[in-house]
Amino acid sequence: MKTKKNKDYSGALSSVFAILIGLLVGLVVLILCNPAQALPGFLTILTGAFTHGMRGVGQVFYYATPIILTGLSVGFAFKTGVFNIGTPGQFIMGGFGAVYAGIMWEQLGPVHWAAALLVSILMGALWGLVPGILKAYFNVNVVISCIMMNYIGMYLVNWIVRSYKPLFNTLRNESKNVAATAVIPKMGLDKLFPGSSVNGGILIAIVVVLFIYVLLNKTVFGYELKAVGYNADAGKYAGINEKRNIVAAMMIAGAIAGLAGGLLYLAGTGKHIEIKDVLASEGFTGISVALLGLSHPIGVLFSGLFIAYLTAGGFYLQLFEFSTEIIDIIVAVIIYFSAFALIVKSFLGKIRENKAGREGGSET
Amino acid sequence: MDYVIEMLHITKKFPGIIANDDITIQLKKGEIHALLGENGAGKSTLMSVLFGLYQPEEGTIKVRGREVQIKGPLDANALGIGMVHQHFKLVHNFTVLQNIVLGMETVEKGFLKMDDARKKVMGLSQKYNLFIDPDALISDITVGMQQRVEILKMLYRDNEIMIFDEPTAVLTPQEIDELMQIMRNLTAEGKSILFITHKLNEIKAVADRCSVLRRGKYIGTVDVADTTKDQMSEMMVGRKVKLTVDKAESRPGEVVLDVENLSVDARQEGHTKKLVSDVSFRVRRGEIVCIAGIDGNGQSELVQAITGLRPAGGGTIRIGGEDVTRRSIRYKNIHGLAHIPEDRHKHGLVLDYNLAYNGVLQQYFEPEFQSHGFLKNDAIYRYADTLISNFDIRSGEGAQTVTRSMSGGNQQKVIVAREISRKHDLLLAVQPTRGLDVGAIEYIHSELVKQRDQGSAILLISLELDEVMNLSDRILVIFEGRIVAELDPKQVTVQELGLYMAGSKKEGKTDEDKEK
Repeated sequence: MKTKKNKDYSGALSSVFAILIGLLVGLVVLILCNPAQALPGFLTILTGAFTHGMRGVGQVFYYATPIILTGLSVGFAFKTGVFNIGTPGQFIMGGFGAVYAGIMWEQLGPVHWAAALLVSILMGALWGLVPGILKAYFNVNVVISCIMMNYIGMYLVNWIVRSYKPLFNTLRNESKNVAATAVIPKMGLDKLFPGSSVNGGILIAIVVVLFIYVLLNKTVFGYELKAVGYNADAGKYAGINEKRNIVAAMMIAGAIAGLAGGLLYLAGTGKHIEIKDVLASEGFTGISVALLGLSHPIGVLFSGLFIAYLTAGGFYLQLFEFSTEIIDIIVAVIIYFSAFALIVKSFLGKIRENKAGREGGSET
Repeated sequence: MDYVIEMLHITKKFPGIIANDDITIQLKKGEIHALLGENGAGKSTLMSVLFGLYQPEEGTIKVRGREVQIKGPLDANALGIGMVHQHFKLVHNFTVLQNIVLGMETVEKGFLKMDDARKKVMGLSQKYNLFIDPDALISDITVGMQQRVEILKMLYRDNEIMIFDEPTAVLTPQEIDELMQIMRNLTAEGKSILFITHKLNEIKAVADRCSVLRRGKYIGTVDVADTTKDQMSEMMVGRKVKLTVDKAESRPGEVVLDVENLSVDARQEGHTKKLVSDVSFRVRRGEIVCIAGIDGNGQSELVQAITGLRPAGGGTIRIGGEDVTRRSIRYKNIHGLAHIPEDRHKHGLVLDYNLAYNGVLQQYFEPEFQSHGFLKNDAIYRYADTLISNFDIRSGEGAQTVTRSMSGGNQQKVIVAREISRKHDLLLAVQPTRGLDVGAIEYIHSELVKQRDQGSAILLISLELDEVMNLSDRILVIFEGRIVAELDPKQVTVQELGLYMAGSKKEGKTDEDKEK
């Protein structure tokens, strides 16, 4: 697979390029805000995650878990030719499903958390299924239906949580704690990273990443999904049922994003569904993660970790009287430039292609 | 000698390849000079050099004996060099006249003054017998007339040197004859023409001299009158090429494809005319049936209805006696239908997949290439290697090559190899040699005949008359969505076939008969 490696390499290079420029712009922003503190602040962004040793590393994994999965959701859908911008909705529906099961089904005992995660997957899949069906059978633009599903999901969850007594914590205007049995086990990670919020979720996320990687690259189903994603007409010619493909792809993408919500709200770190009219930011961060990871499952894993690493470091920016939003700016710039780098890359690719065309002789 | 253009010892290199290697071409005043070469021989690069799109590493260009530096198309235009591109550069919602003056408008105080332009255009049109309707929209006129507009554009700009880039690819035989006449008229008026083509008949018909390129190298210039077609094709390809297909008499067996009263409705709203109406025909085992017609007369839709890419509006399609009208594409694919599609980039290949994955595009789901839902990559790559060696597919990295980076001819070979190697009873070949050079065409033709002799039923859709005449055992002519004639290639002439295709002759009667 020589060509493939070359291609991945140049893609990764464009991401590294974007990261460097993004960091540079971050530095400029810091200098503009407070020149005296800019350099220590910048160093904090880069190394802040390690401030508390292994505990900090654990935090990075904790932050990374949901965004790796929402990134995977977007990236996977993208590989199959649809733009899943519905991750915030799928994420919150998954989170809600997990919280509901986590509070109500205490009698399940030791498998309680697994069952709750399963519910989150199903809820996410349902929220992905709707735009998938609309696209496949009624040719409704996925982006539009996804955005609508985001709002429907958000308001629906707010409404149910607030109006259903057993779920609602009136004092804090958020959902109640889930049962202890519903909290995801630490799976030994608490010993490795003492004091941090990390739990088995990151391992589950990695397993899902590997699963999607295998699905896309080693299976007949993945072959079909990608063929339709690359060239829907050729897929049709080859007799692939492209309608079923779109529905399946959106369902899987939704399921992954739903799982992301489940893992976050069952982490046992005091995270609750708050009643506020804001779309889940983890969902949108997934788009950034997917872009930076070039939609490749393994790339998404690393870009998710990287963005989580910056976020963890950015938390300590407050020591220097900077606001943590600067991290969001840096991430935004990185994404901006990774999109830019993709354009440069495709431009270079086109030049190379023209040349190859001449060499190979596709003259017109 | 009086040369209008001399391109002397032109060398143009691209990283890793010499596209033009010491090429010398001299165009005499008033001659038609053909530039012959396969795809990728360097013709287009040479013309790009002439138009200043590329700067050559070595060599000089002289126009009318004077050495010139051409930095871009505007310089070329100023020197009186014009070009008719293979794909016309016309604005479709402008009128003929507007297109001709585009970029050269005469204006007065910012307002267009079309009267002078109209007079000049009509004058030119009469002088050279280039009949046009100046007020018709480009989108409403025929391809032949569009080409005349392109020629008038050059004349309007007082171009003395005209380059025609494969001008006949889109024309009917009658239009080709007309074009040849126009070209002769132009040279009679002192214009000089450089005629890029890989069709030997046309060179024979119209050109005075012919320069041949092969793989970026200059092979030689010959006088057309003293050179046979076989000699020219040998110069072009570098080996002897058989221009006609050797085939034995066909021995048709049982009916494989039976199409009855097939119709296809237009998809666009407001269009009530049927794209294919009430077509019936049969294809038997061991024969090549060709549907001939000018592009856009329903042949694409007919094939798409048979394969299932487009729903049939009415009628029945039977393959091997089984009614498959309502069956899925997959079902037809695994029940005897192989299909070389018209558009290899749109339908035939997943360009971002490599050769091996494209090689199994219709078979990846068979037990040979998958088990329990997992792809057997070893088997897929092994299979690709056999396709590559059986069909002489050339690619940079063998089975790993991403098909997007391959040349058009080799991409087509991948498709042909895939479809022919599958078990099939019926082969639908839609323009299987479009855009390919003589060597590749020869190869694909002989493969089709081989398939026929092995008992396949072959339905060939072609716009190339030579191909139709050479390959087919029966010809069905399609015109405006209807089969208007069934002809025997041994008894019909190319001219007659052209008349049927243009709709001016129907089976048993001509237009004159109808008027009576």
